[in-house]
Amino acid sequence: MSVKKILLTSETHPLTWWLNDNKGVIWIEEYKKKGGYLAFKKAIETIEPSKIIDIIKCSGLKGRGGAGFSTGVKWSLMSQNNSSSMRYLLCNADEMEPGTYKDKFLIERIPHQLLEGILISSLALRVRKSYIFLRYEYVNAERILIRAINEAKKHGYIGNNVLRSGLDFEIILHSGAGRYICGEETALINSLEGKRANPRFKPPFPALVGVWGKPTCVNNVETLSNVPSIILHGVEWYKSLSKSVDSGTKIMGFSGKVKNPGLWELPFGTTAREILEDYAGGMHDGLTLKAWQPGGASTDFLTSEHIDVPMDFFSVQNAGSRLGTALAMAIDNNANMVSLVRNIEEFFSRESCGWCTPCRDGLPWIVSILRSLERKQGRKHDIETLEQLCHQLGPGKTFCAHAPGAVAPLKSAIKYFRMEFECGVELSSVIDVKLIENVSSYNEILDKVEYDNKFKSKYD
Amino acid sequence: MLKEKFHNIFMLSNEEKKAILKEKNNYEDSRASSIEALKIVQKNRGWVSKQAIYAISKILEMSASDLEEVATFYSQIFRRPVGRNVIRYCDSVVCYMHGCENIRACLENKLNIVIGETTRDFRFTLLPICCLGNCDKAPTLMINDNIYSRLTLKTVVELLELYQ
Ligand code: SF4
Ligand code: FES
Repeated sequence: MSVKKILLTSETHPLTWWLNDNKGVIWIEEYKKKGGYLAFKKAIETIEPSKIIDIIKCSGLKGRGGAGFSTGVKWSLMSQNNSSSMRYLLCNADEMEPGTYKDKFLIERIPHQLLEGILISSLALRVRKSYIFLRYEYVNAERILIRAINEAKKHGYIGNNVLRSGLDFEIILHSGAGRYICGEETALINSLEGKRANPRFKPPFPALVGVWGKPTCVNNVETLSNVPSIILHGVEWYKSLSKSVDSGTKIMGFSGKVKNPGLWELPFGTTAREILEDYAGGMHDGLTLKAWQPGGASTDFLTSEHIDVPMDFFSVQNAGSRLGTALAMAIDNNANMVSLVRNIEEFFSRESCGWCTPCRDGLPWIVSILRSLERKQGRKHDIETLEQLCHQLGPGKTFCAHAPGAVAPLKSAIKYFRMEFECGVELSSVIDVKLIENVSSYNEILDKVEYDNKFKSKYD
Repeated sequence: MLKEKFHNIFMLSNEEKKAILKEKNNYEDSRASSIEALKIVQKNRGWVSKQAIYAISKILEMSASDLEEVATFYSQIFRRPVGRNVIRYCDSVVCYMHGCENIRACLENKLNIVIGETTRDFRFTLLPICCLGNCDKAPTLMINDNIYSRLTLKTVVELLELYQ
């Protein structure tokens, strides 16, 4: 297996160069020895809050939670509102997207980078109290964050009169109690307030009316982790890291039946093929790539034809999907798309917050159709019904992006692998089921069905 | 049912009260500590009974039905007694590709229960969970606070022995 070794240096890997080979946590001593908290010191002593926002805006940093909105612009929405004394920064660490594990990695390996990012952002946004909303099941990350916050307190970065600036900073760790929808910005706010995590109507945007009605900025863990190095090394440096129009680096990776699943910090614009082949070691022996999702379960499938797409927001969208979390998943030729999509839809159906009817009732309907297709007991117009449901749950039809995210994989799977769905409808009448159980690869069935379909139409 | 009766004389312990009041200080509004409060009680008693809901709602100065609404929404708050050990197996898509359904079947078979149920001796409860962020080491599951990855049917069976 020829896997590319990456040389982690501070010039090229702002997020990960601090890490050790021994996979341990970088605690405060080591972090400081390597220059940690210098950016915060620089920011608090020499840079005006509004200037920090300008720097982040110019750097082109985009939100790493999936939507890719400009962080600087988001921040500037906040700063215009000075009417309220309290304002909050909410770090979204409610990572639950299937196939995604970057925030967990950053918190568990280098928690102080996140804390420093939060502190600098708090400074810029004139926030004095921030919350980290951590998902319940990340127990290890929780232990690490608790210790890191205590360390930062002891070293005087959190608390009263930080670095003799006269400013007080507080960071509070809040852990959730399950439910994927909490990761949605406004649902996150509801959940923090101790309510059901139903998304809120926008506008007003959280920047104006957020946690307890106060201006609130919600940023993802990876986004905030980028802030210290931008402040320390500057805008031009940050932009130069990238191979594409999106600035900086991104934690990217591949999971699935690849030889070396994992994540790496890579420049934007690295192609998916490069990640899959050079870093993830390619597919397991004997398997070929059939489809892949660029960034989590809510992104549209792409096929092996798209594997040369550069991983950045625009290029992936151009190819017909979304960059999402950029943690891609490879699907091999033996996988049955109907079953795979059924699994994904079950997840979304279970995690719907239930607020609006199309999502609450539509997703279980999709699951039940997929189940019958999977059993080869589909009815004649099932695929058309699925297509209609994709439309009815699509963008703009429901209260939040959960439903459109849920149907994206389904819609794209029908688009690229319609034949497999058709198998579920027609197979029982076309070929002997016993025969299916004996075939080794799903493609064999397809070949068979294709043949039989042709045969059948002749005599219809 | 026996448990339910026992909880009729429910009272929050001093430690629980203290822990909940401490949590309250973290937020502008006491309601925000409701999830943490439910978890504190659950940690001690395994689950959150109706009586516990009343007791917590009083100390948080919110209505019991509001608290009930929260308690029933979140998947990690248990409203029924669960086993001493809670197995959460990841059934999200990467683990699915790595055979998590076989692992579920194996667990169901071995424990003689289906997903969502508790064994008669209250040793195990089996629940599904979404992606544990361990996809590079799939398939994976969590027993209480411990995460196990790269599971095989054999290791799953061995794992159960560690939990009494
Ligand atoms: S789309 Fe689904 S998750 Fe979003 S608000 Fe509606 S029911 Fe809730
Ligand atoms: S899909 Fe199971 S850990 Fe991510």
